[in-house]
Amino acid sequence: MSLFLIVALPFLGAVFPALLIRAGRNACAWSAGVTSALAFVGLMINLPAVLRGEAVTARLDWLPWLGLNANFFLDGLGFLFAALILGIGLLIILYARFYLSREDPMGQFYTYLLLFQGAMVGIVLSDNILLLLVFWELTSLSSFLLIGYWKHLPEGRQGARMALAVTGSGGLAMIAGMLILGHIVGSYDLSVILQNKELIQASPLYLPALILILLGCFTKSAQFPFHFWLPHAMAAPTPVSAYLHSATMVKAGLFLLARMWPVLAGTPEWFYIVATTGLITMLLGAVIALFKDDLKALLAFSTVSHLGLITMLLGFGTEIAAIAAIFHIINHATFKAALFMSAGIIDHETGTRDIKRLGGLRHLMPVTFTIALIASLSMAGLPPLNGFLSKEMMLEETVHTVWGHSHLLVPGLALLAALFSAAYSFRYIAHVFLGPKRSDYPSPPHDPPVGLWLAPAFLVVLVVTIGLNAQAMVGPLVKVAASAVTGGELPYFKLKLWHGFNTALLMSTVATIGGLILLIMHGGLERVWNAMPRPEAKTIFDTVIGTLTQVSRVITDTLHNGAISRYAMIFVVFTLAIASYAYFTGTMELPTRDVQDAPLLPIVAWFCLISATAMLTFLHRNRQLALVLIGVVGLIVSLSFNFLSAPDLAMTQISVEVVSIILLLLCLNFLPKTTPVDSSLTIRLRDAVIAGVAGVGSAALIYAVMIRDFSFPTISEFHLANSYKGGGGTNVVNVILVDFRGFDTFGEIIVLGIAALVIFALTEAVLASNVRAYLLNRKPEWPQSGDAHPLMMVVVTRVMMPIALMVAAYIFFRGHNLPGGGFIAGLVAAIAFVMQYMASGFTWAAERQRIFYHGVIGSGVLIAAATGMGAWFNGLPFLTSAFGYVHLTPLKEFELATAALFDLGVFLAVLGAVMLALESLSRFAWQPGMVTEHAMDINPKRDDPPDPNTDQPASEGEA
Amino acid sequence: MELLLATAVGVLTASGIYLIMRKRTFPVILGLSQLTYAVNVFLFATGRLALHQPPILNKYAEVTYADPLPQALVLTAIVISFGMTAVIVMLALSAYLSSRDDRIDLTEEPGDDA
Repeated sequence: MSLFLIVALPFLGAVFPALLIRAGRNACAWSAGVTSALAFVGLMINLPAVLRGEAVTARLDWLPWLGLNANFFLDGLGFLFAALILGIGLLIILYARFYLSREDPMGQFYTYLLLFQGAMVGIVLSDNILLLLVFWELTSLSSFLLIGYWKHLPEGRQGARMALAVTGSGGLAMIAGMLILGHIVGSYDLSVILQNKELIQASPLYLPALILILLGCFTKSAQFPFHFWLPHAMAAPTPVSAYLHSATMVKAGLFLLARMWPVLAGTPEWFYIVATTGLITMLLGAVIALFKDDLKALLAFSTVSHLGLITMLLGFGTEIAAIAAIFHIINHATFKAALFMSAGIIDHETGTRDIKRLGGLRHLMPVTFTIALIASLSMAGLPPLNGFLSKEMMLEETVHTVWGHSHLLVPGLALLAALFSAAYSFRYIAHVFLGPKRSDYPSPPHDPPVGLWLAPAFLVVLVVTIGLNAQAMVGPLVKVAASAVTGGELPYFKLKLWHGFNTALLMSTVATIGGLILLIMHGGLERVWNAMPRPEAKTIFDTVIGTLTQVSRVITDTLHNGAISRYAMIFVVFTLAIASYAYFTGTMELPTRDVQDAPLLPIVAWFCLISATAMLTFLHRNRQLALVLIGVVGLIVSLSFNFLSAPDLAMTQISVEVVSIILLLLCLNFLPKTTPVDSSLTIRLRDAVIAGVAGVGSAALIYAVMIRDFSFPTISEFHLANSYKGGGGTNVVNVILVDFRGFDTFGEIIVLGIAALVIFALTEAVLASNVRAYLLNRKPEWPQSGDAHPLMMVVVTRVMMPIALMVAAYIFFRGHNLPGGGFIAGLVAAIAFVMQYMASGFTWAAERQRIFYHGVIGSGVLIAAATGMGAWFNGLPFLTSAFGYVHLTPLKEFELATAALFDLGVFLAVLGAVMLALESLSRFAWQPGMVTEHAMDINPKRDDPPDPNTDQPASEGEA
Repeated sequence: MELLLATAVGVLTASGIYLIMRKRTFPVILGLSQLTYAVNVFLFATGRLALHQPPILNKYAEVTYADPLPQALVLTAIVISFGMTAVIVMLALSAYLSSRDDRIDLTEEPGDDA
């Protein structure tokens, strides 16, 4: 199976549980299980190739210029991890089906779980570090969802947030580290990076890259001092803890350490940072675990400790240590997942996981006891179980390790950790299962149904068989995985139970006996432990986060006080500052164009514009006057466009002007008619100065532009030259809109349509709220006209309607060759309709409306899109236009262009958008009883003509 | 000519910015409209000014044309700015109707923004 499919399967499958939960919990679990199983089978198909030492690859260039490619490769290491992720995933899916209660949303759970699974598989199979980072962040996010799965529990939410904060910030550090690494090598492909050990280690950026990447690994794998999030993540449901926090996610950091081992390991920096961190974590986790009463907390710290062990082994940087690390990854995944599941069973069946309230479960839950016993003995490192083998290898390695100049430091501390490890493992058995039966369990304990114990039982079988027959079971796999870690030949090794009497065996014996002694002394030690002052990680974390939140709140509140006037001011001042910097540091070329003389007409228009603007600015508090004045400004702007050889612009501007003013008038109908004085004179003066400087700046800038020629040839020449030849139109502006830059226009009509729909949605929302009552009972502020719909106006607009529409059609059709086109025609047609609303009233117009404006917008966009796609059938890119000339006998020769069809789409979209916006706004004004009776209100196409046979007064009245 | 247009742009810009910095919705809308005029004319003028040279191709004579590209861009800008104006008008109206208050800053007392 292709690697793409293996990675994609969990993501694709994530859809099914969410959907199939409607078909029941079993269907839901099956869909998740089948997905995982398929991916697992697909992975296993590649096993022979991997065992032969080949690397299976799948490559797809995604964004090659960024170095981001969807490249995957599967070697021994990737295979091992993928097998753990998918295999244990399957067991977890089975376990969770029986673990989750009826109240838990199971569909969500499996969806999150599969998302997580896909992200993990993505990490271990990625051959591109950028892609790897994407998956890395995905695991952080999906684990956030999983840890916080029980949303009602505050511990769950806090734990999830803490995990996300810690692993997420580590992830950020790692992104930086990976980017540095890619920068050193010049490629983001892992297979390339792994070939460049000398280059990387010689680089001065090696240490920063190493530290940043290690930060990512250590936070993910809960290494000291970032270990604190893992115990808090235990608020998650137990299947999550078993999956994420023992077998997979926390091993992602280890995976990356192993992955990067060939290029990063082998230096003193690597040894001292990685090995020391691992050693401290191993010891610290083991000691704390012994004093935890919560079963899951005990297991969590034990996991921290074992992760430390593996980190330390990888930190040693020797081949044998790498083999031991790989072997222990397998072993730890098997026994720890089984232990977590057994803890979940105990919690599920007894109602508590507090060790202090348990004990004597041996006879009550014999199956669980057997599972837990074997798994914890393996964790303690007793023969003949698999934990013993890898622990032996670890101890043997520590003996050969020199830290600083001390030969004893590492083995001594490792022995101490092993001793505590044995102690807490024994405690898990002794204080939970052994001892007398109790009478005060929260609920009567009994063994769970088979579905719940099957998965851990399977893992325990692995624990025993790997222990007894390691070489045959996992030897080849460990070999290929370890050689992938070291990136070369391995020294000969054989995984076996009996290595003869050596130092490691002696240390193991000491650890076991010491562990038993510690267990016996546990009561006394616990009193000492509890009396000791200890830093509480959660308190520190909460304080840090709280302080950060406080600081960012102060910054945000200072900068964002919600007043747009302030933002506008900051924006303008900042822009002015940049502009003046550019002005004072840059150089100006001399003017190259002559200033043109101004005839009288523009000077008059200029005076009108300046005075209208000045009046508007000074008299803006009278809002109706301001509207009139802004109408004057708009009019002069349109005239100027016409004067300055832009007829299309002039026509667009003037028709937009009409609808805008109507819109503002409608709006002003509801708003206060005056603007009160809000700001002091000082503030107004300050604003005036800022605005004035900005005005001077923009005037100077455009003046400087206008008296100079283009410094390089523009693309306008191309448009002028090709408008007729290529686009078939002589109106270059229109051809640019519908042809050369048709894609822009297409986007624009969509935006316009969306804007209209937003307005519609807002209207719906507002009218559905309590505002409606206010609007219905609103009394007009000013006396209203006695005749809302003057007869003269009604008659005139109705006569005008066909004429206006004809003008629109005319403007539309001539648009390709003369000023006009879809935009302008749409606006003109909209004005024709709006006139009817204004003259005859909203109710009258709405009654006669056959087509909804949404549909008009939609059909416009669809027609434009269909026209554009038509080009595909000719094998041309989207929106390539075609045109031809037709000669029909009675008519003159005329042109047919697909661009006209596109323009039709523009026309419809503009018409629909403008009408929808205005119609929505006028719905605010509707009040009951607004229908006035007058002659013109008779609908000639009345559907229900008054029946002459009935004598109802109403119909008589109308007749 | 150039000077007239440049000063007009300057005055429109200044008026627009001044009005945008007011504290009620309506003047802000007016200010945005003014600023829209200023920006559109500004963009249009980057094609340089030309009289009696509309970019309508003349098949029969060799003539010069005004720059069509800024015109096409400004045409779409005009239509889009209508859409934008309509949306903010609607927002302003909804906000006013919901709160019976057309102040735009969220500070507690009117005009306490220094």
